[in-house]
Parts: sequence; structure tokens; C-alpha cells
Amino acid sequence: MKPSNDDDGGTDSTTGDATDERFDEWTRAETDGGSVSRDPSQSPFDIVSDVEQTRSERYRMVLDSMIVAPGKILWNDWRAKLGFLITFAFVLIGTVGVWYVDRSFADDGEILLRPFETWAHPLGTDSMGRDILSELVHATPAMLEMMFAGALFSMGMAVFWGVFSGYKGGSVDRFMMAVADIMMTIPGLPLVVVLAAILDPSSPWMIGIIVVVNAWAGFARALRSEVLKLRHESYVEASRTIGIAVPAILVKDILPNVMPLIVVNFVTTARNVIMMAVGLYFLGLLPNTGPNWGMMLQTAYGQGGVYRPDLFHWFYAPMVTIVILSLGLLLLGQGLDRIFNPRIRARHAKHTGGGDSDADGEDEESTSNEQYNRGGL
Amino acid sequence: MVSTQYFIKRTAMAVVTFFVVISLTFAMIRLMPGGPLDYIQSQMAAAGQAPGEIAAEVERFSSINPQEPLWQQYLTYMANTLQGNLGESMWYNDPVAEILGNAMPWTIFVSIISMILIYLIGISMGAFMAYVEGSRFDVSWSTVSILLTSVPFYVIAVVLLWYLGYNLEWFPTSGHYGRGVEEGFNWEFISSVMHHGALPIASLTLAGFGATALAMRGNAIQILGEDYLRVARLRALSQRRIALRYVARNAVLPMYTSMMISLGSLFGSSIILEQIFQYPGVGYFMYRAISARDYPLMMGTFLFITAGVIIGVYIADLTYGYVDPRAGSGDREAF
Repeated sequence: MKPSNDDDGGTDSTTGDATDERFDEWTRAETDGGSVSRDPSQSPFDIVSDVEQTRSERYRMVLDSMIVAPGKILWNDWRAKLGFLITFAFVLIGTVGVWYVDRSFADDGEILLRPFETWAHPLGTDSMGRDILSELVHATPAMLEMMFAGALFSMGMAVFWGVFSGYKGGSVDRFMMAVADIMMTIPGLPLVVVLAAILDPSSPWMIGIIVVVNAWAGFARALRSEVLKLRHESYVEASRTIGIAVPAILVKDILPNVMPLIVVNFVTTARNVIMMAVGLYFLGLLPNTGPNWGMMLQTAYGQGGVYRPDLFHWFYAPMVTIVILSLGLLLLGQGLDRIFNPRIRARHAKHTGGGDSDADGEDEESTSNEQYNRGGL
Repeated sequence: MVSTQYFIKRTAMAVVTFFVVISLTFAMIRLMPGGPLDYIQSQMAAAGQAPGEIAAEVERFSSINPQEPLWQQYLTYMANTLQGNLGESMWYNDPVAEILGNAMPWTIFVSIISMILIYLIGISMGAFMAYVEGSRFDVSWSTVSILLTSVPFYVIAVVLLWYLGYNLEWFPTSGHYGRGVEEGFNWEFISSVMHHGALPIASLTLAGFGATALAMRGNAIQILGEDYLRVARLRALSQRRIALRYVARNAVLPMYTSMMISLGSLFGSSIILEQIFQYPGVGYFMYRAISARDYPLMMGTFLFITAGVIIGVYIADLTYGYVDPRAGSGDREAF
């Protein structure tokens, strides 16, 4: 953070006649060096930096700090790696897997075939002779859609609500937080159940949104308190002083700093969507539409899956699937948290020691540290 | 500390929340096309009743008279609800408030005991994990906590029900106390209640304490690295004082509000839990109501649970100032 102090010093010495230059980021490199041309015919806006940075170089830098470095960190932490692999596997099953596994119908095989006995039905069959593996696979796309819709909806709402109200402050903030507080107090599950009973939703997108209908409020509050810390940062005040519009400040100065929180919560919400939706399907509180892990659980449970050993494979297959997906998302969320949180990572690096101390590892660390602290001082 | 201004603001907030929730309920009952009111009316019409009788019947069930203008319906509904008149169950033919009043203590019992256990186990576990951080105990219990957290509580409930309930027959599989046990303050009744509540409480606790332990571990580790802790050590304060006054207090306080909010979610999860264990609490009746399309009971339960949570959070917020002296808010300038 030393360089930026020099930065200020440099600008201060020339502020007298070069205030205009502060509008343009790219000329600031020049002012720092103190080599501003005093020739009145040359506008400060025409001054070109000494170091030429091509567009592709800049893209490469962004790529490096945003994708490559976090990717490496993710890969070095076994928990994050496992989480990522599990989630990725589910996405593959939901997109490609559906093409490779045929949809199964009643009387495809013998009734209640045990698992791991024939290749035709690796996980056995249910009481109507349907292949359990195929049912699991074909339920995946709808589940993924549900997760995505729910997480997207609540993140979108939370980001708008939290960031805007936190930055705006005053009565806007008070009103928006009052609404969020009310939403937060209404207990989730009863509201979801009541809404589901009245609306009778069938599209996975709709269901995804309904099961986390008020989850955004809590996160909006967390985001807001983060934004409250940021809104008095010097770089935000600088942007405000030179009259940059509120939306631009929010998107360029505030949002990048809360992005880590948002990404981590996206994954957490996705996990909650699945837990809720499957739970509601299991109880039969959501309408039956197509193959579905929760419906499988419900049918197996209804026929005595809890105490009839010959039904165990039918009942436990979707249950294990859900636990694996949930575990994957949980680990992924924690891994992402690790990427963005320099404190956790620094501690982590100290403890694993040795292995990470090659030049590559150190590079990653500095890149992301800068990424996190950019302008945060 | 709690200032009068904060107290008034917070109380107003709780009241407003309650009004919003009642209005929301009214909107859901009255305004949804094909919703509860339409359903009740069509049920009555199908039974061949005259329109006037239908209106009276509908009013008996839902405290809304469809023949009045909308604003009047809203006012009547609001007044009735505030007086505790939640309409009459269509399935049980009893007043909703009476059904819920009988069921409520059981749900509160299960939720509160679970919450206490979750935080007791979670906090002591998390604190110990942070203390011996990096050791085998920490790593193995962190893993167990993550695993337990990733299992939905209803999965644990079902497994417990099968294994301890049906298979080993150690615990009863339904009801809140044994048949023929006399209600009252006697040992037989209390032990029966404990016996029946054990499995629901166990499943909530098992599924819940992992997250608390991990949160506590994270908080405590963060505090162990603070500068004031180094100062405390340099001052040669006793281990005990450091552990209790410096680490534990700062790590536990931020969890206080989340504790009250989690009571709300425990209340909510009773819908799934009580159905699995056939435990006749509020959630059980809500499930029954939804299956039977008994809208008055369903909306009544919703209001009931929400009111419980609002009060819980209200108390938490008011007392938080006493518990954590750092809490306090100044007004911020608007841009």
C-alpha cells in the first residue's frame, strides 16, 4: 500500500494546475512521475503513458488475477477441490449425462432388483421396475435449474437491496432495511409451504424462487454492513467528489469489494434451495412434476422404505445423492471463502507450510491479496 | 445499553411487522385467484347451499365475509385476528386458536431444548477446536461437523426413526407422550414426554450443532489472533481470565442474534420434523391442514408461527444491548 501513498504525494504537488487530470485514470501515471508537460497546446488528455499496455495484456492480467490465481488456490486446498469436482460432476450429469442414460419407464426391468447386481440396472429398480440410476440422472437438470433460479433470484435481490441501501444511507436506507427486517422475521419454511400450497408451482424455476423467497433479506443486511464500511473509503469519496453517478460508483467501486461475499453466498443459497425443495417434495408439499429426488424419497418412504430392507436401495439412493451434492456445495462455498479471504488464506499457508512456498505460490498470494485490498488500503 | 428511543423504534418495528404479516395473510387468502376463499366458496356451492348461507359459512371459517366491500373485509379480518379469532378449522371443526394453543407448547418444548443443546454442544466444541487448532482433534471434528451440516435434518430424522425407533425399538415412533399416561406433574408423565421428544430433539441437534461449532471455531480463531489478546498475555493475565473474559465473550456475543433467529427456523422446520415423527405440534397440524386443504388452519398456523418468531427476535434485539455493550448505532448521513 506504500506505492499509493507516493501516488498521493505526487498528485498533491501538481494539484494546483492539474486538477483536471484526475478525471483521467490513464494520465495519472504521468503525473506521478512529475513529468507533466506544461505546454498549453497539449491537453492532459492526450498524454500517453510511458509504459504501453496493450489490450490483450490487460485482458491477460484480468484473467490471471480473476481466474488463474483463484483456480490454483482452489486446486491446492483439498476441500475446495473436492467441492468443485462434486459440483462439476453434477453439472455434467445434468447436461451431458441425460443424453447417455435412457429415460426409464415402468416395467423396464424386474421389480425391486437389488443394486450392484446387473449392469443393466447398476443401482437396482424400484417397485414399478424403473431403473433407479436413470431416475436419479433425469431428475438432475430440474434440480440444477431450481438451484440456479433460487440462488440467482436471492443474490440479485440481496445485492440490489443491500448495496444500494448501504451506499445511499439516510431515509432510503431506513426504509429499505425496515422492509428487509420484516422479510427476515417471517419464518422461511412456513411461508414457503403456504405459498407453495396456494400457488401450486410446477416450473423448476418458479419452485427454486419460492423455496428461498425471503432468504435474500438476511444477506442484504450482511451486504449492507459491508458497504457501510466501504462508503467512506477514500477512493469512493474521490469518485463521489468528482461527480460520478451513483450506479457507476456502486458497480465500479463498491461491488468488486463485496464480490467474494456474493459468490460464497450464491453457493450457500444454491445448497439451501436443494435441501428445502427436496424436503418439501419428500413431504408431498410440492406438486409432482417429472422425475425428482424428493418424489423418489416420498414414494419409497410411503411404501415403507424406512423399515423394509428390500426397499433400502430405492430410499437411500436419492438420499445419498442429495447428501453428496450438499456436501460438494458446502465445501465449494468454504473453498471460495478461502480464495477471497486473505486472512484465512494467510493462516492456511502458514499451517500447511513447505509445500506452497514455491515462487508460483507466492505469486498467487500477492495477486489475490492485491485483488482483495485494491484501493481498500 | 438500550435507549428509550431504540426501544420505541424497535417496538414500532415489531408491531409494523405483525401488521404486514397479517395483511400478507389476508392478501394470500383473499386475492389469489383460485386461492383459499374461492376454494371454500366452491366447496360450499358444490354442497348445494344457498349464496347467503355460503357467505355465513365462509365467514365462520375464515373470518372474511365475501359479500362486504374489500376494505371492510380487511378491517374485520384484522380485528378478528388481533382478538385471537383465527377462524375455524374445516377439517377438525374446532376453532383454529384452540387447536394451535394445545399444540404450541410441544413445538416450543422441542425447539427450545434443541436450540439449547445445539448452542451448548456447538460452542464448547468450537471453542475447544479453536484452542487445539490444527491438531488431529480439530481436523477430525471439523470434518465431522462439515459432514453433519451437509446432511439435511429430515434425513437424520428418518435414519434415527428407522434405526432407534423401528429397528431397536428404543424410542417410540409417534406421539408426544405414551397412551394412558396421566397428564400432570408426575415422574411418569415427564419421563414419557422426554422419551417421546428424544428423537425429534436429537435429529435437530445432530443436524444443527456442526454449523455452530464451525462458526464458533472461526470466531475464536480470529480473536486468538487479535492484538489485545497478545497484550493480555503480556500482562500475564491468568489463562482462565483470558479464555473466559477475552476469547469466549467476544466469540460468543456475535452469535446471540443468530441464536434467536435460529429459534425461528427451528420453529419452521417443525413442519417437516413433526410430520416424520407424528409429533402433534404446530408443524404437524400445518402439514395436516395443507394435505386436507384446510385453509383456515393453514393460515392460522402460519400467523401463529410468525408471531412466535417476531416476539423471539424482538426480545433478542432488545436484550442484545445489555449483553453486548459494543452494540449501538448512530445515524449516518445520507448522500
